[in-house]
This record gives sequence, structure tokens and C-alpha cells, in this order.
Amino acid sequence: MTLTFLLNGEEIQVEPPSSTTTLLDFLRETRGLTGTKEGCNEGDCGACTVMVQDGTTTQALNACILFLPQLHGKSITTVEGLAAPDGTLHPVQQAMITHHGSQCGFCTPGFVMSMATAHTNGDTDHADQLAGNLCRCTGYAPILRAAKACEDAPVPPHLTATPFIFSEILRGEVEDRGAAPPSIKPAPSLNHPTSADDLAAAYAKQPDATLIAGATDVGLWVTKSLRDLDPVIFLEGCADLKQISETDSAFTFGAMVDLNRTRKALEPHYPSLGEMLRRFASQQVRNAATLGGNIANGSPIGDSPPPLIALGATLTLRHGDRRRQIPLQDFFLDYGKQDRAPGEFVETITVPKQADSLRVYKLSKRFDQDISAVLGAFNITVQDQIITDARIAFGGMAGIPKRAAHVEQALIGQPWSQASIQAAKPAFAQDFAPLSDMRASSEYRLATAQNMLERAFADLSNPPKPGHSTSVLEVHP
Amino acid sequence: MSVAKPLPHDAAKLHVTGAARYVDDIPTPRDCLHLAFGLSTVAHGDITALDLDPVRAAPDVVAVLEACDLPFANDVSPSAHDEPLLATGSVHYLGQPLFLVVATSHRAARVAARLAQVAYAEKPALLTVEAALAANSRFEDGPRIWSRGDADMALAKAPRRLTGTFDIGGQEHFYLEGQAALALPQEDGGMHVHSSTQHPTEIQHKVAEAIGLPMHSVRVKTRRMGGGFGGKESQGNALAVACAVAAGLTGRACKMRYDRDDDMVITGKRHAFSVTYDVGFDDSGRVMAVDFTHLVNCGWAMDLSLPVADRAMLHSDNAYWLEHFRVTSHRLKTNLQSATAYRGFGGPQGMLAIERVMDHVAHDLGLDPVILRRRNYYLDPDSGADMETEKAGAASDSMEGGSAPRPAASPRSISEKMKGRLTPYGMEVRDFELNGITERLLTSADYGRRRAEIADWNAGQSHLRRGLGFSPVKFGISFTLTHLNQAGALVHVYQDGSIHLNHGGTEMGQGLFQKVAQVAAHRFGVPLDAIKITATDTGKVPNTSATAASSGSDLNGMAVKAACDSIRDRMAAHLAAEHQVSAATVVFEGGHVQVAGEEMSFAEAAMRCYTARVSLSATGFYKTPSLEWDRIKGEGRPFFYFAYGAALSEVVVDRLTGEYRILRADILHDAGASLNPALDIGQVEGGYVQGAGWLTTEELVWDDRGRLRTHAPSTYKIPAASDAPEVFNVALWDGQNREDTIYRSKAVGEPPFMLGISAYLGLSDAVAAFGDGRYPALDAPATPEEVWRAITRVTGAV
Repeated sequence: MTLTFLLNGEEIQVEPPSSTTTLLDFLRETRGLTGTKEGCNEGDCGACTVMVQDGTTTQALNACILFLPQLHGKSITTVEGLAAPDGTLHPVQQAMITHHGSQCGFCTPGFVMSMATAHTNGDTDHADQLAGNLCRCTGYAPILRAAKACEDAPVPPHLTATPFIFSEILRGEVEDRGAAPPSIKPAPSLNHPTSADDLAAAYAKQPDATLIAGATDVGLWVTKSLRDLDPVIFLEGCADLKQISETDSAFTFGAMVDLNRTRKALEPHYPSLGEMLRRFASQQVRNAATLGGNIANGSPIGDSPPPLIALGATLTLRHGDRRRQIPLQDFFLDYGKQDRAPGEFVETITVPKQADSLRVYKLSKRFDQDISAVLGAFNITVQDQIITDARIAFGGMAGIPKRAAHVEQALIGQPWSQASIQAAKPAFAQDFAPLSDMRASSEYRLATAQNMLERAFADLSNPPKPGHSTSVLEVHP
Repeated sequence: MSVAKPLPHDAAKLHVTGAARYVDDIPTPRDCLHLAFGLSTVAHGDITALDLDPVRAAPDVVAVLEACDLPFANDVSPSAHDEPLLATGSVHYLGQPLFLVVATSHRAARVAARLAQVAYAEKPALLTVEAALAANSRFEDGPRIWSRGDADMALAKAPRRLTGTFDIGGQEHFYLEGQAALALPQEDGGMHVHSSTQHPTEIQHKVAEAIGLPMHSVRVKTRRMGGGFGGKESQGNALAVACAVAAGLTGRACKMRYDRDDDMVITGKRHAFSVTYDVGFDDSGRVMAVDFTHLVNCGWAMDLSLPVADRAMLHSDNAYWLEHFRVTSHRLKTNLQSATAYRGFGGPQGMLAIERVMDHVAHDLGLDPVILRRRNYYLDPDSGADMETEKAGAASDSMEGGSAPRPAASPRSISEKMKGRLTPYGMEVRDFELNGITERLLTSADYGRRRAEIADWNAGQSHLRRGLGFSPVKFGISFTLTHLNQAGALVHVYQDGSIHLNHGGTEMGQGLFQKVAQVAAHRFGVPLDAIKITATDTGKVPNTSATAASSGSDLNGMAVKAACDSIRDRMAAHLAAEHQVSAATVVFEGGHVQVAGEEMSFAEAAMRCYTARVSLSATGFYKTPSLEWDRIKGEGRPFFYFAYGAALSEVVVDRLTGEYRILRADILHDAGASLNPALDIGQVEGGYVQGAGWLTTEELVWDDRGRLRTHAPSTYKIPAASDAPEVFNVALWDGQNREDTIYRSKAVGEPPFMLGISAYLGLSDAVAAFGDGRYPALDAPATPEEVWRAITRVTGAV
């Protein structure tokens, strides 16, 4: 298929050499735009960050694990296109110079693209916005000062105008999709479905195809495992899979809803889950990664399944025209094995609304952009000081995201007290025999999982003592 | 006046616009080839079969080379000729290059490199220093041992004594730009090489040997690196040599860059140490004797391990007068990546060891760790011995009462006058700034009040404790291999008054080029934009030393000053003669030259000199004076001077998981009379965070087969933006270098790295606050898991 997108304001038509050619390789090797750097080729360092706009949103994305077909119909700005056409530097570029925000300069293009994206969106949580950009020289202090210094500068018109210009160029090809972002209708193709129905038909015909949603995991199959993935099906065009619907009793997420939108939707209702999603990977990865992908890839260390299991979320799986609903916890059968038939895919995820008694704890060596050693989710209901229900699930403790059934049983019916918490701790060893690896030892995983229960008790006990903190993240100098 | 100004990095605008070119960004000839290594998958063994046919048959592969295909030297070692480019029959670590793929694309080379069929007869692999020591697997014939006084006697007589052993992990450099080289074959068989290297002359030397030509036939250029930190002092040799050999054989340009995972698996890292200490002290906390044993994990090849291990020994005193002293250093050979230079070059490990001792002693005595440290500091250079006693007493009086008795006289003769002033290796500390720095930092950081507040806060918490860590730095400046302390420069003034600047130093982000340009502009009295900074080039300045040991601006600044002054003096002499005045009266200032009441632009002066046939080009040369060092005896003056600094870190720790944050850091650092305060503060901030990263989240994990499991940023965690301290106060000490360095500035590349030790000490303090009096005995890195273990140790919890 021919892809159409804007690159630094210029319309590009391209036949990608392969369906898994990355944007980074395209920029550097085909277009000679070498400002965008390869630092890790796995989406962890941010040196390849570019700004992507689709007419409604402005996002920072990692070009190293972004395949060209994912960009069809979008507008890409690289560091070469960030300054105004007359050469006037973008406010973040000027601030980075003024505040000595670059030393070796290799990470700098990625930083300025993340900073410019945050600036465009009016986001001022700078450390979070930059969690996906590593710098080895500066210690970040001057970069954070630079980001702060240009908060109030106006967004340069060439960045706000671009999506509109783009819409003009492509007028007539834009399909009205209601609330979903407009996307360009590609030439009809089995591998680029534009709706869940199309996808269902295509995948039923090609059950051995690799589904590509955000590519934050599949991208590494190409850049690190050096695999050829054909055939592939890109889900980016399926606008209906990007919808979030909300009723009085539940949220339903299309599988293609990215993790930042997931966070925005769930944070008001489940603040502790929102806080975990703040630390989930990085801004760039959350912009690309989808809730459906985080579940469907079946990883034992995906961060979204444990809290969703604790909330009693359900999946809708679809094969052709057939749909079935299952509890999320039943989806994970064994390490690397899920309850998903060939040609079947996760269509939606339904998260029930309930009174918030959910606490989610992510434990990793580094707070930001790190894969969890242990992720614990506790949904504990207490009535009249008696524990009436407990749904507790963990990541990193077994070959799958898994409920702590024995711990739950040890708690239910017991008084809501420190003694009950302590009495339940031994049950963890019945539920879990975690591995030792480079992230954590088995012993540490088991002990901290137990201690998370203690933390949940402290956090859920009302009211917390004034001036008393339960997490180092709440402490400030 | 362009020196001392806080000007931005010279390439800042190129950085922020993406225009700055690194090796992989240089436009290449259309037929450029791309290289990748095939790597060993075992840590130790003999290769019994190497079938490269599937590699050769892979798409887009042009050639595949093994050791026997190399036309000349198969050697990329910077020291002992023990590091072949391609393995010869046996392999010594998992990740060692076995063969070289030459293909038409980077990806094709990487894909093909994985297709070899290799069989090994595996041998037992030595993966730990303990195993290597037991097997007597080492570099040099035995341990290096340096001593002063009689450590055994003094330890036996000391009123108090502590021992301990702890591990210090290595560190991945994680330069954001991976290793890269590009070789362009020339018409006569010579080679031009672009290399991301701190040491272009070394690249030139190794490439020349590998292609069988004299050094004159190889020209190496380095405009900038995307970070180096020591990791590009010797580790770029393999790529440059591979490219040059392949370019020679194919007649085509060849480029090689490591994928990040390959980079981390192939290249060396900071040396991991295991340190045992035995310390004797009195009830006041005066340390009377220390005996250290360093087990140094050097990896499989020598590389720079000997001087690294030496520097660790040289910094075993840090800021402290240690009358009776011994350090024993075992340089152990293991089947891991060959450990290499990394910012501080062993100094951080040696310094951490003595800071750990001070922490342990203070904990044992229940004494404030800052008071303890000040009690053991070297003397102020300006003070007499009496003054020191008074000062120590005063400090004690003000903070906890009582005065420190002096230790008994040494059996060896150190004159009374030199007590408190001589390092264990016999160099007089004539520039000790730490008494003043410490006093000012404690005041500005409000140490006493915060100590009390933290104790109060801790008393009200169940899961959390805060802690404070203080650490001083005294870092020796000079290469300990004395002949490396030299530098050259080449300066041209063109007839339009513009100036071309070149020197042997390389730019890796530290701002060297800008600092040196500021020196040049100042010497000519011209604005900075009159100076053209150019790439380091072995064809312009020969026989350079690595840009390492923090020496860049000291050495190259002086060499450039000499070159500029030669030209300026010739110009002045000519203009003075024209006006019949003394050359000394000619003034170069503000872009103009004033002579005998006439003022002309610098450009006009240049033109006049040119037409009068005055040479406007000069080289400059500098060698550091006063150095004398015997590394076998461990005696002499290895350093021209010391750079100092001190840091106070505040942390908070969680008992449940061992998670922690660095909340605040206050730093006062000595850059002498700074050539550029903005760039120097950048080195301090960045050094602190990198040093804290080394001791906290940066954990290298190998499995029991010797396979590095933390080989990408997904598993190896350098600090992220939110790990920088929320309050980060960094200031420069307002002194100047007491030695005659370039504008009395001091080297600043490495010293601030060790300020990060204060974060580790803060964690130790916070962990101790949970406990029952036992010492936390934190290993490094103090990951959340290690902190959790330490908490369980001091609380007696399971």
C-alpha cells in the first residue's frame, strides 16, 4: 500500500520497503534526517522521540519502534522541523541553550521533541513528561529548568497549524468517525483494516498473522530479535477499537485505547490505578501502547492485568462474528499461553465501577520507565470492620498475572486489623513461588508482596494520620 | 574577557536543532558497507568448529572475516597485546567477537552475524573475584602492596577496631551514542577514520598496525562523541580496526556501530571491587590505622586495569590523614567483559572504601559522621600543627564537646611538621580546601537544624525514615602514567582575522572545546565567534593523550595558550616595529589591536602581518610540571594538584520494600577559578547524578554462565529525570588553583562523580534509623532490594 503522511510539513507518499520498516530507519536512512537518534532501538531511551499529530492529538512517540504503516494519515515533526520555517528556534530549543540543557547533545533532539510536545499540550509535569528520555550527562537539572522556563511561551503557529493544513490536503479522504480521531482511509487492504469488523474478517482469514497495535512490544521482535513478521495486520486504522464508553456501572475500552487515555479515564475513579499508570513505562510508550496489547501479549509482568483482575474486569474476545465474554483472570492460562483461539482477538475490556477500595503498588529498581519486579493490586471490601471481600492479584510473582487466592481466603471474614494482615502473610507462599532474575530475587519478591498487603492495610485504613506518609513518593524535602 | 564567562556549549544550537553530527550521521559514500561482529555464546572455552557458510550465504553479505583472514596485527588492546580483534581458537568471555560480517546494510550484517554454527569445548569460567583469587588468576605476578607506618602494630594497639567486607558493583557507561566508526580508504592504501573516541591517537596506532602501514598513513578525526565517560578511551579500537581492515580488503567505505545490546555485551565497564577493611581508631574517632584489601574484577584482558587499580589505591585516603596505612590490590582476571576506564578511573572505588570505613566508625561511636570526618581531615596548608589541634577542638566543642587527642608518634620518621599533610604515598597535600568547603556547605545546607528535624520526623513514621549523608572529595589530577601529561595545539590566524583552533583534546559533551576556545579568544582579545572550533584530527596535532583523567582543559588549554601567544607575540613584534615601540605595549582587546595610540581591528592587524610575511600559524605544547611517581613502590608525586568538593544528600527510605528517593542534595565544588562556571556546574550536577546512579539503581547482573542479563536500558537502570534530587543546590567554591594551571582553574570532569557517595551514605543513615544499633553494611549498588536486605539486617526481621 502507499502510505501518506506529513513529514515536517511536507506531504510524503511512500511505499515502505517492508511493512515493518521503522520510522527511525526511514528518517535516517531514506530521508537523511539524522537529527533523530538511535540510542537503544527498543523504546527505552527516547533519543528517537518525534512529535506525531493526527488532527486532534499531539503525541511524543519513539520512532525506533514505530512502523511506517502506523503513521498513515498523520503528521510527523522531527527535530529538523521544530524551529519555525524562518529559522526561529522553538521556545524549548532556546530554553535548552539558555539553561545549558545539552552536554554531549545526543539525547537532546529526543528531549526537545518530548518537551515541545508537552509544551504544545500545556503539560507541566515535566519529570513525568520526560520519564522516557534518558540523559547521561546533565543529571537532568538544567533540562527540567529549561522545561519550566518556557511553560508560558506561546505554541509556535507552525505546530498548531500543521494538523489543519494536513486535513485540508487530505480533504475528501477523511471519513467521519464521530468522536474518534479522523484517519485517512487507506486503500482497501486485508492488512490495514479500518474497523473491528474488517479486522475480524481479516484475522479469521489469516490466523497466523501478527497483530500490530502500538508495536511497543512487537517492535522489539523486529529491532532486537531481527524477525520477519509477515504476515502482519495493523490495527491503527480501526477507529472503533479506540473508543471508550462509560455507563453507570462500567467502563468499556476498545482494545486499541492507548494507556494514556486509559489512565485519564480511570484515574478519577481509581486514583491508585491512575498513579500506577503514571509510572507505567513512559509518556512515549503509553502514547503508543494499548490496553488490549498489554493484556493480549500475555506477559507475566504486564502492569495493567493485576489491577484489572482485582477489579473484576472482563474481556470480549472476537473471532469473525462470534464474540464471547470471559473474566480477565481466566484469560491467562499459563506462561505464554492464553485463552485465545487462532484468529480470535481481544475486542474490548470492561472495567466495572465500584466504590474505590483499590490500591495498586508497583515495585521496580527505578520509579519511572521500569518493568515491575512485583506489581500488587488489592481490592478489599470492609464492612463493619470485617473483611467481606478481597480480590488480590499480582504481576511478577508467577508465570501469569495471578490472583492470591489463599491470601484472599485468609482475609475474608477476618476483622480489619493488623493482626489479620499478619496472619494472612504466610498464605503468600501457598499462592506464589516467584523466580529470581535480574530484577529481583525470589525472596525479595515474596517478602515485598507480603509487605504490600501491610501497606494496603495502612492506606485503606481511614483516616491516614496527618503528616504520616506511607510512600516515599509522598515525601518532599 | 572571554574566560570565566558562563557561555553555553559551543554546539548547543546544533544539539537542539539536530544538526550536530555524530559518526553515524556523517554522510557516507553510496557503496558504504556495514559491519557486525559474531559473538561468543560461552564465557570460556576452545572453539572446536566454526561454520560460517550460513553467514556467507545470508542476503546482502559481502564478506565474512575470521582471525586468520586479518592481514596484519590482530590486536586491539591498549596495553598488553592480550586482546585480539577476533578470537583465535579460544574464547574468554560471553560476547567476545569471533568473526566479522561485512554487508550492505546494518541490519543485514546483524542478521547474518547470528547465523554461524559454532561448537565449543567449554571450560570452567571464573566469574567472581573470589573464584579468580582462589585460582590465582590475575594480572601482574602478585598483588600490589603499598604501605606507610606499621599498620599491623597500630591496629593491634588501637583502642577500637572494626573490620568489614563489602562489594562495589561495576557500572555501564551508557553513553547515549553507542560505539561507532567509519573508515574511508584512500588512494594509496591509507585510511581516514571517523571514530567516536576519546583517544584518536590510539585509534590511529591500532589501525596502522592492523593495516600494516606507518601511523602517517592513518588519519583519525573526532568532532564529538555522544558521551564517553571513559568508555571510549579504548573500547572504540575494535570498531575502528574492523572498519579499516574491511575497507582495506574491499576498497569501500565501511561503517560499524554497535546496537545497544551488543555494545553492553561486548564492551568493558567500571571495575567491580570487593573491599575488606580493618580499621583501628580511638574513642574520639581519630583513625589510627587502616588496612585495605581490594579484589579488583578486571575481566578477561588487561586493558587499563593496572592504572585503574592503582588509582583506587591512591584514593584510599580520600580526605583523611591516615598515619598507618596499607592497601593490597589484587588485579584479578575473570571470564567477563574486560573492565575499562570509567569516570574516576578507580578513584571512586578507593574513595567509597574509606568513606564506608568512616561511616562504620562514626556509627560504632555514635558520633556525628561529619564531625568524625572533620576530625580526620588533612590539615589546611596555611595552618601550623597547633592551629589544627585548635581547629579540631573548636569543631568538636561546637558540635559535641571534647577534643581529639593526637595519635602516638609513628615508628617511621614523618616529621612532626608533615603529620596531617602527607598522603600515604608521600605526596604533600598543599592545597587542602575541604575545611573551608565543609564549613560553608554545612552552613548553607543548614546541616545541624536538618539533622534534628529529621530525627523528629522519623519518630513519627512507621514505614519511612529519612537520612543524611555527607561526603567530601579530594581527587588527584594528572595521569599517573607521567608521560601522558602532555598536549599539543595548532592555531592559525587567517588574513581576515578569523582563527582556526585545533588541539589534541576530544569533545564528549564536557564543553572542552568551548573552554579552550574561550582561552584562545582571550589570548587574542577577540570575540568568541572569531574562533573556529575544529574536529580533533591526528593529522593536525600528533601523539595526543586520551581525553581522560579530567585533564582536557588543563592540558589543552595550556597548549592552546602557548600557540596563541606565539602568534600574538609575532604580531605584536611586527606591529611594534612598524610603530617603533616596544612589543610589550601592544594591546589585544575587544577585537582590536592598539599600538602606539593607533587602534585597528584584529582583522586589519592580521592582514598587515600577513602582507609583511609574518607567520600566522603556530603549534603549542604543554607538559605538566613537578610530577614524579614510582607505581611499584607507591611513592612520589603522581598528581599536580587535587580538586575538592563536598556534598550533603538527604534521602527517604521505605521499610516495606526498600524503595527510596534522593530528596535533596547540596554541593559545594572546587573548580578553581572556573573557566566557564555554567559548564562546570553542568559537570557537577551530571557527575553527582551519575555517581548516585552507580551506587543505587545501576545494577549489573550476570547469570551463572557469565551471560550479562542487564544489557539494555530495559534492564539496566540509569537515573531518569525524576531521580534527580527535587532540591538540588550546586555552587562552586570561590578559590583558585594554588598551582599554575590555565587561568588557575581546576579539572572538573571526574571529581564531582564521587559526590554521589553522599547518597549511598544517606541511605546507610536512613537504614540505621530503622535499626537496633547494628551497622547496615550496605553493599553497592544499594538497589531497593539491597536496602531492604540491610533493613532486615538491622531490625532482625526475617
